[in-house]
Amino acid sequence: MQKKKVVLTFPHKLINEPITYHLIKDYDLEVNIIRARISPREEGRLMMEISGKEEPLRKGMKYLKELGVEVQSLAQDIRWLDEKCTHCTICIPICPTEAMVLDRNEMTVTFDQDKCIGCGLCVPACPYKAVEILF
Amino acid sequence: MPKTIREINEKIKRGEAVVVTAEEIIDIAEEKGAKKAAEQIDVVTTATFGPMCSSGVYLNIGHSKPRIKLGGGRAYLNDVPVYTGFAAVDILIGSNALPDDDPRNKIHPGEFSYGGGHVIEDLVAGKDLKLTATAYGTDCYPRKKLETWINIKDLNETVLFNPRNAYQNYNVAVNLSDRVIYTYMGIVKPHLANANYCSAGQLSPLLNDPYYKTIGIGTRIFLGGGVGYVAWQGTQHNPTVPRTPNGVPRAGAGTLAVMGDLKEMSPEWLRGTTMHGYGTTLTVGIGIPIPILDEEILTYTTVKDEDIYAQVIDYGQAYPELEPGSLGEVNYRELKSGKITLQEKEVPTGSLSSYAKARKIADILKGWIKGGEFLLTEPVQNLPSADSGLTFKPLRERALE
Repeated sequence: MQKKKVVLTFPHKLINEPITYHLIKDYDLEVNIIRARISPREEGRLMMEISGKEEPLRKGMKYLKELGVEVQSLAQDIRWLDEKCTHCTICIPICPTEAMVLDRNEMTVTFDQDKCIGCGLCVPACPYKAVEILF
Repeated sequence: MPKTIREINEKIKRGEAVVVTAEEIIDIAEEKGAKKAAEQIDVVTTATFGPMCSSGVYLNIGHSKPRIKLGGGRAYLNDVPVYTGFAAVDILIGSNALPDDDPRNKIHPGEFSYGGGHVIEDLVAGKDLKLTATAYGTDCYPRKKLETWINIKDLNETVLFNPRNAYQNYNVAVNLSDRVIYTYMGIVKPHLANANYCSAGQLSPLLNDPYYKTIGIGTRIFLGGGVGYVAWQGTQHNPTVPRTPNGVPRAGAGTLAVMGDLKEMSPEWLRGTTMHGYGTTLTVGIGIPIPILDEEILTYTTVKDEDIYAQVIDYGQAYPELEPGSLGEVNYRELKSGKITLQEKEVPTGSLSSYAKARKIADILKGWIKGGEFLLTEPVQNLPSADSGLTFKPLRERALE
């Protein structure tokens, strides 16, 4: 079983295409939608975690690309640098998935990599460059 | 019977001083009562660690051969301009200074990745800095160009000099507009989506001595990891803001100008700071001991987060347009809980001031005093207080023609 976190961007003409349905039904993939934004006159963005066997996963990605969906891997990783963090807590309300965790007794911040969806909003928010995006 | 600072210092020298932090005193006083606590406790340590924009370093590089007069010329440290208005080889680094070619907000919001505050952090960290300078040349100082590495260990006086630090309370920034704003209070999302605050609250120095009875000119403090002193009131010192019945100001009030020997300080407590879309600054760690001279002074140090109120200000429109008034008040217990309620909405909060670091500083200072290494001082002059009539005035703009 392989797992991939991806960000899909699809143009307006694909808004009505049931992409998730096809990934699941045609390629037998497990799809966990982390975040979705689809609205008329805009591009659609889907952040999802896709799990499946190697071959169907590869075929599923090919299907998306052939359809005209832009697929970006979340190996665009976010890394939190403990030694630079001052535990100010300014990132806490910025993070949409609570991957930035605050212990309110100690008032210290930790980073839950598993919850991170790589949106990158914390990067400009951190005054000490304690969060990095790696490519 | 009231104590004197001299008596407390004698106890410190004997290693017998009873020292607690401004957090610990809260439960102690609740348990024993203020009177008994005031008798038993000698010193309460307060602290804060947050961005403090009016900060800088002045330093003397020593003379070159032949001599050069930087005063009136131009000089840069790591391509960040430094002020050359003082004498031949005295220069001043300001935390907000930016490289000449930094694009700033040309494409908004700018990155501001390196500025004066970062130069100061590199300097105190013992890194080599590139000094480049041009001068107009005089008979006695004929040299017109200087390019050299400098390092803090080779410099003469290197003094952290901060005209405004340790704000006594501050605003809570929200944004009522419909676009994200990038401010010195951080990134504030539209339509009241988040609220940012900046204070150590119950640990904060001036909030524990609200009328400046013990903190004044000459007070010895923990500054940036070393020892510093209160030099003057800070700029914008505003002692006459409205206060609660306990004397705690309900908005940004007093400030301190502080200084100390940078060579004794550490980059752990002096950090170059980037506020995206706004600029660079310096985050400073400050710790101030409060001598418990009597019960009244002790009572002030028992202030709790829930007793300290801050004004919620709209940084989308009201703040930039210098419009008076606030959207309401919240206390620091509410702010630290992670959510406040404003206009019937639950608004998540974040802080720019690190409470965890403030706790560490209060503990370090406690250790220094208990260990006999740090004696308290009596102010040589008190700061203007609530009865002084002093206010922070806006600019009176007058057209030139």
